[in-house]
Amino acid sequence: MTTSPFFRQPNDMLPERAPPVAMSGIIGWLRANLFSGWLNTGLTLLALYALWLIIPGLLNWAFFDADFAGTDRFACTGTGACWAWFDQRIDQFLYGFYPDEQTWRVNLALFLILPALAPILFDKMPGAKQLRWFSLAFPFVATFLLIGGFGLEEVPTNKFGGFMLNVTVGLAGIVLSLPIGIVLALGRRSKMPIVRTLSVAFIEVFRGVPLITLLFVAAILLPIFLPSSFSLDLVVRVIVVVTAFASAYMAEVIRGGLQAIPRGQYEAAQALGLGYWRMMGLIILPQALKISIPGIVNTFIGLFKDTTLVIVIGLFDVLNIGRTMISNPDWLGLAVETQVFISLFFFVVCFSMSRYSVYLEQRLDTSKH
Amino acid sequence: MANSRQESGFQIRRIWSDERARSALFQILVVLGLALLVAFFVANTMANLQARGMEPGFGFLQDPAFFEINQNLIEYASTSTFGRALVVGLLNTLLVSAAGIISATVIGFLAGVFRLSNNWLVGRLIGVYVEFTRNVPVLLQIIFWWSILTGLPKVADSLSIGNSLFLNNRGVRMPAPILENGFGWVALAFLLGVFASYLVGRWARRRHMATGQPFPMLWVGLGLVVLPPLLLFVALGQPLDWDIPEKTRFNFRGGFNITPELVALWWALTTYTGAFISEIVRAGILSVSKGQSEAAHALGLRPGLTMRKIIIPQALRVIIPPLTSQYLNLTKNSSLAIAIGYQDLVSIGNTVLNQSGQAIEVVGIWMVVYLSLSLGTSAFMNWYNSHIALVER
Amino acid sequence: MKSVKYFAAAIVAAATIGGASISHAATLDDVRAAGALKCGINTGLPGFAYTDDSGNWTGFDAAFCRAVAAAVFGDGNKVQFVNLTGANRFPALASGEIDLLSRNTTWTFSRDVDLAFTFVGVNYYDGQGFIGRKSLGVKSAKELDGASVCIQTGTTTELNLADFFRVNNIKFEPVPIETNEEARVAYLADRCDVYTTDASGLAATKTTFENADAHMVFPEIISKEPLGPLVRQGDDQWADVARWTLNVLINAEEYGVTQANVAEMAKGTNNPEINRMLGSEGSLGEMLGLQKDWAANVIKAVGNYGEIFDRFLGPNTALALDRGQNALYTKGGLLYAPPMR
Repeated sequence: MTTSPFFRQPNDMLPERAPPVAMSGIIGWLRANLFSGWLNTGLTLLALYALWLIIPGLLNWAFFDADFAGTDRFACTGTGACWAWFDQRIDQFLYGFYPDEQTWRVNLALFLILPALAPILFDKMPGAKQLRWFSLAFPFVATFLLIGGFGLEEVPTNKFGGFMLNVTVGLAGIVLSLPIGIVLALGRRSKMPIVRTLSVAFIEVFRGVPLITLLFVAAILLPIFLPSSFSLDLVVRVIVVVTAFASAYMAEVIRGGLQAIPRGQYEAAQALGLGYWRMMGLIILPQALKISIPGIVNTFIGLFKDTTLVIVIGLFDVLNIGRTMISNPDWLGLAVETQVFISLFFFVVCFSMSRYSVYLEQRLDTSKH
Repeated sequence: MANSRQESGFQIRRIWSDERARSALFQILVVLGLALLVAFFVANTMANLQARGMEPGFGFLQDPAFFEINQNLIEYASTSTFGRALVVGLLNTLLVSAAGIISATVIGFLAGVFRLSNNWLVGRLIGVYVEFTRNVPVLLQIIFWWSILTGLPKVADSLSIGNSLFLNNRGVRMPAPILENGFGWVALAFLLGVFASYLVGRWARRRHMATGQPFPMLWVGLGLVVLPPLLLFVALGQPLDWDIPEKTRFNFRGGFNITPELVALWWALTTYTGAFISEIVRAGILSVSKGQSEAAHALGLRPGLTMRKIIIPQALRVIIPPLTSQYLNLTKNSSLAIAIGYQDLVSIGNTVLNQSGQAIEVVGIWMVVYLSLSLGTSAFMNWYNSHIALVER
Repeated sequence: MKSVKYFAAAIVAAATIGGASISHAATLDDVRAAGALKCGINTGLPGFAYTDDSGNWTGFDAAFCRAVAAAVFGDGNKVQFVNLTGANRFPALASGEIDLLSRNTTWTFSRDVDLAFTFVGVNYYDGQGFIGRKSLGVKSAKELDGASVCIQTGTTTELNLADFFRVNNIKFEPVPIETNEEARVAYLADRCDVYTTDASGLAATKTTFENADAHMVFPEIISKEPLGPLVRQGDDQWADVARWTLNVLINAEEYGVTQANVAEMAKGTNNPEINRMLGSEGSLGEMLGLQKDWAANVIKAVGNYGEIFDRFLGPNTALALDRGQNALYTKGGLLYAPPMR
């Protein structure tokens, strides 16, 4: 008998075996992600303990032990939060003192942002070219809707308040600061020494001081600087300083975009015989602005959060509306509830915008393709 | 130029087509326009001030303030001048900013590193912290932490450690050192020790580089810094006493107190800025190519050491510039102190402005101070950045 | 250059939108031209300036704004309220952003003389007091050595407090706070032992406590705080309008003219003083540059001083303040308006 070495025939190969239980499925995932070493295990346990401390108490406070209905704080008898004010006061939180029967104008202006932004954000959309005219007209349309005139009932700006004021100041600041920021960014990269120095000085000064001091300028100093025959609303003055403040940040964002444009683009434009303005306007800026959009969105998020500072000079933004409400005897002492509500609002708005800007960054980042 | 008079019309056109001449002309126009604008504002201001009978000038800084400040790092009483009150405010701003910058950096680095850890739960939790704090206005967070801190036990039920450190909703009251005669020598010995250990450290590093021989720097340095002052301290008969807080009718007296306003502001700024820093750190770490850590592992370096010696130094180049602007933001955000009554430069300036009516001067002082702080911090961080930059070969 | 031009253009455009107004000496004409009185009030102080659930500004200070609007327009609703903080109230008045400041402001020498304003009278006699827990066992503010004191910054009370403690040679820890509401929260959280502000504010604040009996307002009043409306210096006609509106409110109470009976009384009574005030005799309104029935309109819009006080501050309100010094001189108070003649 001859012995031949054993070898498997292709058709009786052993079947693939599943990895050990400890390395796959839920247990495997747990081991890899939560308990892969003593340090990790410790951290996991610590984190679980923290969650166990926080979550049940938070849920009880916010939902299970909370009161939701009533017309004053005495209706709230539970040990948790008192949300009864929400029903009574939500309009003030949203629109400030804007006349009730006119709030549709605020809603409409807010809604019109969508078609105004669409052609900028989705440039491949059909009809984008035509809609762009609407984008340009939007600031004027919104101003007209909010303030009135020409047939609409006029609403003085001191009726602006609540989230509507935060959004108005934030949006006006960002829209107005865009052209100024472009000019400053071009100025900072200009070959002309005086123009460059002035641009740098403007940018550094406005980036170097806290917004709060600029708001004091708006509230107290601007009326002194302007002719006495000429008085501006406080809201308008705030928008002026917020614009100047945002322009400095905008200039830096756009400068970043300009720097990212390869030299070849400039050279090609010059080779075509384009002058400075046409080169910038037709070739460089469109590209630079496009890659600056994430930065612009981030600037807007920062500015939008900063609009809460107007409380310091007595404007009725949403924080101040909350404060006013809790000094009303009916709703005294509901500080935490209003703070939580306002925080959530800002979180939802800012977080979704920041996600969007991250998405844009990834889409624009061509290096990964 | 040879061709002259009869072609003067030509020359204007030539100036226009000459880029240098055109830009000079444009700049002259810019300067003129700016001068006009400034003149416009100055003229208005003068006219308005005159109409209101207000006198511009900084003379008011010499006038007595007549209000009290609850946290003064230098001597201050209500009879001190407005100028001194503002200096007290500036020091309070510097205090909270410096403390905030240090702690935000620590929190930011820890959060940034741990968010990248392979522990899923920890990464997620830090993610929640980062996203929530970043997307809620810092003013709200400051007010929130202040509400939490004033919910601590009341003075009568203060938590205490060893009956000398007390925690209540009016702050942390702790013993204050009283320096007696001779303590200066101890301090001097300490400083000399620090200097000496710096010199030894330099020598040891050079030797390590040259010969590869390690040197127990930690222990030697610690010995140099701690031992001589300690010996001197004992030899001089312990020239230090403690001012231990005592309970009085209303409050604690003696020692020194850290107010809840300071803590709330500091903590809110720390967590807020820390969240931004953690994102910067994360981006910095991710920017170091994977090959670096793999190479380090291949050389047998442990993960902690890899992080410290390989990844972080390279990531720092990416991290430092945006970190600088976070430091500046923190300093500027400290001005929100006014919302909870921490008496910083803006808060005290606001009071001075109210009591003296000198608005332009006070706002001017604010701006100059914050600008100098910004430019100073930028200059320092630029220096540090060039110091740690990789030397390209 | 471009940026400058944009900037200037933006300002001009904004001014047009925001409603630019020309302010010169004749404030009354400006107010008429604008169609509404721009009146500065507090950003929120129970009883004096607060919003109701529908967002309208109301309160003791706001009522005076409405009274002046009624005197000028015959309609107490033609007011544009401008909410001002302690810091920007004076600049707002000086710059013409408002025509009248009715924001619990203490009449002091330096404000009247140095800041170039004219106080048109006193509509509330106040004084600075302290509130503290009864459990402290303190009977007098002089026993407050070492206490923490909550105080609103940028007010005269801050200066009075420092003076008081210095003169009595006792020490305190100031806890500076921006608004009355925050001070209330801080005091209730025991962040401070006592809270000091105008006595009216203390009473207002005390009524909002869950357990008001556990707190007491100390007997000492450490300052005089005559609160009153003010206008810019240099326009005597406008100051007169404001001053005599205030006097009408006080005189009306003295003569028994109320919101309910003013229409009846305006037709003529047997009291010539009332007749001159309400316009059925003489021409006081014309002398001020106003309508004949200006004073009747004021009372129709807001009622007399006593009615305003009762509506916002009096015993039937949450504040439950006594008239005290704010009673008419005939009832032992300090209110004494010159005759309408």
